[in-house]
Amino acid sequence: MTIQQSDLKLDGNAIGGLLREIFTMEMTTAEGTCANCGQVHVVGQVVVYLNAPGAVVRCPSCDHVLMKIVQGRGRYWIDLTGVRVLEFSA
Amino acid sequence: MARTALLGRLDWQLGEVAELVPQTPRVASLVLDVPDWPGHLAGQHVDVRLTADDGYQAQRSYSIGSAPEDPHLEITVERLEDGEVSPYLVGEVRKGDKVELRGPIGGYFVWTAGDKRPLLLVAGGSGIVPLMSMIRHREHTGSSNPTRLLYSSRSYDDIIYRDELERLAAGGNGLAVAHTLTRMHPQDWRGYARRIDADMLAEVGWPKAEMPAVFVCGPTPMVESVASTLVDMGYDPATIKTERFGATGG
Repeated sequence: MTIQQSDLKLDGNAIGGLLREIFTMEMTTAEGTCANCGQVHVVGQVVVYLNAPGAVVRCPSCDHVLMKIVQGRGRYWIDLTGVRVLEFSA
Repeated sequence: MARTALLGRLDWQLGEVAELVPQTPRVASLVLDVPDWPGHLAGQHVDVRLTADDGYQAQRSYSIGSAPEDPHLEITVERLEDGEVSPYLVGEVRKGDKVELRGPIGGYFVWTAGDKRPLLLVAGGSGIVPLMSMIRHREHTGSSNPTRLLYSSRSYDDIIYRDELERLAAGGNGLAVAHTLTRMHPQDWRGYARRIDADMLAEVGWPKAEMPAVFVCGPTPMVESVASTLVDMGYDPATIKTERFGATGG
């Protein structure tokens, strides 16, 4: 069986635990603005791939990379350059 | 212990397997006793972590099938032969074993009985699990919220929660269940026997004017097909919530 990239596609629900670790808050209801196309999406709706060495999060509208999160050796590396604004309840 | 706030650290904790319930040849429910479980909402999930003797760890997310009102936490797991976690949870684990988990996780794909919109639930395979939590929650709260479930399985034997769904649908409080079988079906099968399409959604679902709340969960290709079909049919995308399980559904 050939595994296709589309089969590995998940959504923001899959990183609820990881984001909760980092932000210590429920983040799947947070809203992020894509730095490329300007569309706003709830984190639960975004496209997520977990088959890379970390989590790769893409915009459902334009496929631009929103976030990359890698963890290892007790550390996190978080690239948020694709997110212009991340908005959530205090 | 007081109910902990939703904010703050999410710690790993141990749940003890109180019961194992076979659902289909490849799927089993694990009923877990989790001391100090903070409570959950229907639709949320837990992360489960296994640690090997050499310290190697593997972690997966599993939807919660039990209602918030149920005394135990239930997860329902499909055994994937090449998986790292599911062959342990379905086949190896025994009553009394401890399983490391953290949760509840997620706030997007959730439903509470206070939402009075008609409900359309669409499931593929083990995507039924979080929707079952919603159906059980609806039952526990005495809600008669009009609810329709369209559930796609490979075959009759692959239908998870089959008897319970039949019993609840016969209860006469506004739950209707429609099944479709995509690979094999019994000769006297009276349900659908094809992949979910626009005609099926139009027959089973609510007219878009009723403004239903829609939850779709299952393998990624199925979820995307159903969601885009509903949008093509004129449903407001803002009312459709989706959860993708990847290629295999679990």
